[in-house]
Amino acid sequence: MELQTSKYNLALERYQKKIADASVEDMVLNMGPQHPSTHGVLRLELITDGEIVKEVIPHIGYLHRCFEKHAEALTYQQTIPFTDRMDYLASMNNSHAWVMGIERMLGIDKDIPKRIEYIRVLVCELNRIASHLIAIGTYGIDIGAFTPFLWCFRDREHIMGMLEWASGSRMLYNYIWVGGLFYDLPVGFEERCREFVDYFKPKMVELNRLLTDNQIFISRTANVGVLPLDVAINYGCSGPVLRGSGLKYDLRRIDNYSAYPELEFDIPIGTGQMGTTGDCWDRYKVRVDEVDQSVRIIEQCLDRLQKELKRTPDFDPRAKLPRKLTPKAQDYYIRCEGTKGELGFYFIHDSDRKEIPFRVKSRGPSFCNLSVLEELGKGVLIADLIATIGSLDFVLGEVDR
Amino acid sequence: MSFDDIKQLLIDKFGEAVIVGEERTGMQPALLIDAERIADVCLELRNNPKTYFDFLSCLSGVDYGVEADRFGVVYHLSSIPYNLQLVLKVSKEAGRDLEELPSFPSITSVYRAADWHEREAFDMLGIYFEGHPDLRRLLMPDDWEGYPLRKDYANAEYYKGIKID
Repeated sequence: MELQTSKYNLALERYQKKIADASVEDMVLNMGPQHPSTHGVLRLELITDGEIVKEVIPHIGYLHRCFEKHAEALTYQQTIPFTDRMDYLASMNNSHAWVMGIERMLGIDKDIPKRIEYIRVLVCELNRIASHLIAIGTYGIDIGAFTPFLWCFRDREHIMGMLEWASGSRMLYNYIWVGGLFYDLPVGFEERCREFVDYFKPKMVELNRLLTDNQIFISRTANVGVLPLDVAINYGCSGPVLRGSGLKYDLRRIDNYSAYPELEFDIPIGTGQMGTTGDCWDRYKVRVDEVDQSVRIIEQCLDRLQKELKRTPDFDPRAKLPRKLTPKAQDYYIRCEGTKGELGFYFIHDSDRKEIPFRVKSRGPSFCNLSVLEELGKGVLIADLIATIGSLDFVLGEVDR
Repeated sequence: MSFDDIKQLLIDKFGEAVIVGEERTGMQPALLIDAERIADVCLELRNNPKTYFDFLSCLSGVDYGVEADRFGVVYHLSSIPYNLQLVLKVSKEAGRDLEELPSFPSITSVYRAADWHEREAFDMLGIYFEGHPDLRRLLMPDDWEGYPLRKDYANAEYYKGIKID
């Protein structure tokens, strides 16, 4: 098909010419979309000179489902299952962000019972551990260590089982609702969760011995893919990628939403322990440390859920559910700390009577974290590029939405 | 720095004309900026030691509807050192002709994060960003026709002769 030449096509023509020229002098190598180390359907077009990558051109959109268009046609409550499918490894965190945004627009965010807030934080942190376990495990595979992957999946399976028990689904939960929850936690959940925590803590020590302090792993990741802090900020990186570059920036502390101000936890950052600050090992280590912090948060949540916020027979998690979700006409941007970084939703609500947003924009953390790859991929070895991709830990469901 | 301080700071630097208006209805007030000056405003807000808006949280293209015939871009900036957030908006009236897209200055020279966000807005809403280094479609295929997030978008029935179900 012939494209008409206008100024809107100039960039496309420049790009096509660049690829045509590069295939004469250098080699153009397509990595993906079905490549196992691209963590989903990501296609990277590499312009290579031997083993050296001269330029990386990411092509995304293979998983594009037009979330924003769906959101413009459905009510706020109906869109919650769609948010689950953005970052499908951490569905709870997505719906938590979405729900909080609507609660603030409705002005009911202060009326949510404490027990509900704590249950939300509990399931979100469980989900964060599950997501980080995948990041850690698959990163091991990228580097060539197979065992940690199986160990991580074994432990993650316990979390999946618990969340399935609570919500009825293994990955896409639709559990957090506007103004409440789908159901209260099942009886015995807290005890089972405590069992899991006791089981899980030594497993993390074991995993650290196997992977984190492994000399082969350190040699492959330390001083590789160094992301300086100013570049990270300018590219809009957030979450473990930004913290790996050495900045203590966690929206759970900065925005103090939900039950987080009452909970104690540290914010791990990259320190350049094995090489340079902001290298792949630092980003990996931040995730490992965050798992430990999430365990701490879960223990505190369990303490409160079993004592002062104990389950009572008349407790109804759907009691505060608004009958109609009709916020006042306004714009609102909600941001919160997803597992990959700053997860934001921008709502434009144009009418007091409508239940459907006029426009929704979702800001996926993986989207911005992935865009830095063009910068990191200049002049590195192909094998190091694999290590860098894994350390960024993106989910294509969230990049493409 | 409060919202009014930032507004005053911009007026002192660029003159009254740079701020077209403001919105204070919601919980997050917004400054409406003259569309042609947005890149300068962002650069000033980023570099000024009193504000340091160094982080572009979100950039959203908006189609304000078929009757309004207005397109806009909303910028959510945040300042990590001062823990501030700011919303900037630009908009202009524009037709819906696919050959004549609404055009705004690109802010990629200020925030590299804007690169993909602007490509997405171009891809989804057909907003052209003047001065963007590589404004190709991002999520849709390169030869896709039309801009899916526009309010008057009719679903494509065929793509390269293949029927879309």
